[in-house]
Amino acid sequence: MMAQRGYWANLRTGLRTVWTGLRLTFRHLKQARRRRAPVPIWDPSYFRQPDGQVTIRYPHEAIPVPDTGRYRLHNHIDDCIGCLKCARVCPVDCITIETIKAVEDLGTTSNGQKKRLWIARFDIDMAKCCYCGLCTMVCPTECLTMTKVHDFSEFDRDNMVYHFANLTPEEAEEKRRLAEAAAARPTAPVREGASEKPAAGSGKPAFAPRAVPRGQSAPPGQAGAPATRPAFAPGAVPGPEPEQSGEAEPKAETSSPQAEERKPTPRPFVFKRKES
Amino acid sequence: MGSGMEFFIALLGPVLGVMFVALLVASFIALYTLAAVYAERKVSAFIQDRVGPLETGPRGLLQTVADILKLLLKEDIVPRMADKPLWVVAPFVVFSAVFVGYAVMPFGPELVAANLNVGVLFITAFAAFEVAGLLLAGWGSNNKYALYGAVRSVAQVISYEIPAGLAVLSVVLLAGTLNLQEIVLQQGIGASGPRHLFGLPFLPDVSALGGLFTWNVLAYPHLLIAFAIYFIASLAEVNRAPFDIPEAESELVAGYHTEYGGIKFAFFYLAEYGGMLLVGLIGAVLFLGGWHSPLPNLGPVRLADWTTGPIWGIFWLLLKGFAAVFVHMWARWTLPRLRVDQLMYLCWKVLTPFAVAMVVVSAFWASWR
Ligand code: SF4
Ligand code: SF4
Repeated sequence: MMAQRGYWANLRTGLRTVWTGLRLTFRHLKQARRRRAPVPIWDPSYFRQPDGQVTIRYPHEAIPVPDTGRYRLHNHIDDCIGCLKCARVCPVDCITIETIKAVEDLGTTSNGQKKRLWIARFDIDMAKCCYCGLCTMVCPTECLTMTKVHDFSEFDRDNMVYHFANLTPEEAEEKRRLAEAAAARPTAPVREGASEKPAAGSGKPAFAPRAVPRGQSAPPGQAGAPATRPAFAPGAVPGPEPEQSGEAEPKAETSSPQAEERKPTPRPFVFKRKES
Repeated sequence: MGSGMEFFIALLGPVLGVMFVALLVASFIALYTLAAVYAERKVSAFIQDRVGPLETGPRGLLQTVADILKLLLKEDIVPRMADKPLWVVAPFVVFSAVFVGYAVMPFGPELVAANLNVGVLFITAFAAFEVAGLLLAGWGSNNKYALYGAVRSVAQVISYEIPAGLAVLSVVLLAGTLNLQEIVLQQGIGASGPRHLFGLPFLPDVSALGGLFTWNVLAYPHLLIAFAIYFIASLAEVNRAPFDIPEAESELVAGYHTEYGGIKFAFFYLAEYGGMLLVGLIGAVLFLGGWHSPLPNLGPVRLADWTTGPIWGIFWLLLKGFAAVFVHMWARWTLPRLRVDQLMYLCWKVLTPFAVAMVVVSAFWASWR
């Protein structure tokens, strides 16, 4: 190739290309005094910053994620009817659900569907999740959503399992017993069901005594909320669900994803994971 | 006893003095290497629109300090199959070959550690000696990549010695001396003999003006080409990109220092960066007026006189050296690595003929003058 081009033509090309290259790199060197601003994609200047350093110093600054960002999953468990559709559709099987048939009235979801099942376990292993979003699409009540929280790495892989169930294991145990009892006498109404454990001094309907030791979970529809509340918002120890608040005031939150995520220390261990 | 003591002191004094100067220069090279590695990272980052080191210390300034601490604390491993004596001695040979070069470097009017009459020869010889160290490292490592790197390095450095040597020769012919300090003195105010602008007798004598105009590249314009040849060849001699095929990371892991770690690896680094500065300084001494100021005397404004002296000398020489190092970095982050055949093409078919032509021009110029 070199021989065909001729010695002098080759030399000229060599000098010219070296000079062009050196000019190009020097221009970048000079432009490095400027840097691109970490503006979000909806900013008009997002695509109009061709020069300067492009590095975003991530932990110190971040390009805000749109509110429609599809990252960590969140389940608003109050609206979950336990239909298992999400667990079935998930291509990597990272959702584990255990349901218990409720003997009492659980009320309805916010879009009016009847709730019939306790969700004794609703674990999403975010370490396996491939963020395909299929689970959110099939969810009939739209309680399973993807949030814009994207930085939630953990040192312990178990902490990547997010627990959304609305029962503690003890409560679940009790509900299970109730459900079995109800199944054993299918025709009997729930209220009169003489339980296998007639609690102390109970002349009253069997239901009440059981509810009392469990503390306040007697009419489990709405009033059960205080006791089980922590289970609903696994990601948020200090405040109520961070994702919820993020949706409420998007702009303030987008500027600092860490403030949203780091502080609460996502420690969703409301319950202990028993076995996988 | 008294006389014995005096004898002892008389013997020891100069030795201590030399050791002190040597230590001074060695610590300077070490500090400069820290700064240069940081600078190189920053320059490369900026050229690629990145930010470079930022986290360690203010603006990442302590990054290289942290790196060298890591290297110092590392276990000093000798590969089992290595040829131990050769392997151990190689980094020190490489570094010494570079380090010795600083001995004859004139840093100022009176500042030269060893004012050798054959300074140019001395430096050229030791630059060639560095090759021996590289070969020791490659051979002693008993590693195919290291050996490839060393062999490539030897082929490359020996080839490029020729255009570099010829470019130096074209200066020496005109200077009429091999003494580096003499060569510098000829390029400034107070030069013995007239120095015409661009070397043309009908143009005014500029030896009183000093500054830029008395530098070799302006006094003898053809030396500009010789300087370019020297600069390119010196890039190859210190194995810097685009002539870094001896260490070609993408092909040879790390070339001749593949097996090295810890303090020995640090010595290779010192040698590389020390070598970059050394060839830059030699280029400055031979072509760019050495420690002379670039500012001329303009009538009553005696800029050249005001900016000449030991401190100024060090300042100007290092400035020129650092500028050369910067261009080394700039070229490294611009140009892709040459193929071996391209390397040899450039050396034997481009640089060498032009360098020979420069020597011929210098020879005629020197005899005709
Ligand atoms: S986003 Fe995809 S992978 Fe992740 S839980 Fe939902 S269905 Fe499974
Ligand atoms: S698809 Fe929705 S409603 Fe059904 S179990 Fe999953 S989260 Fe609950």
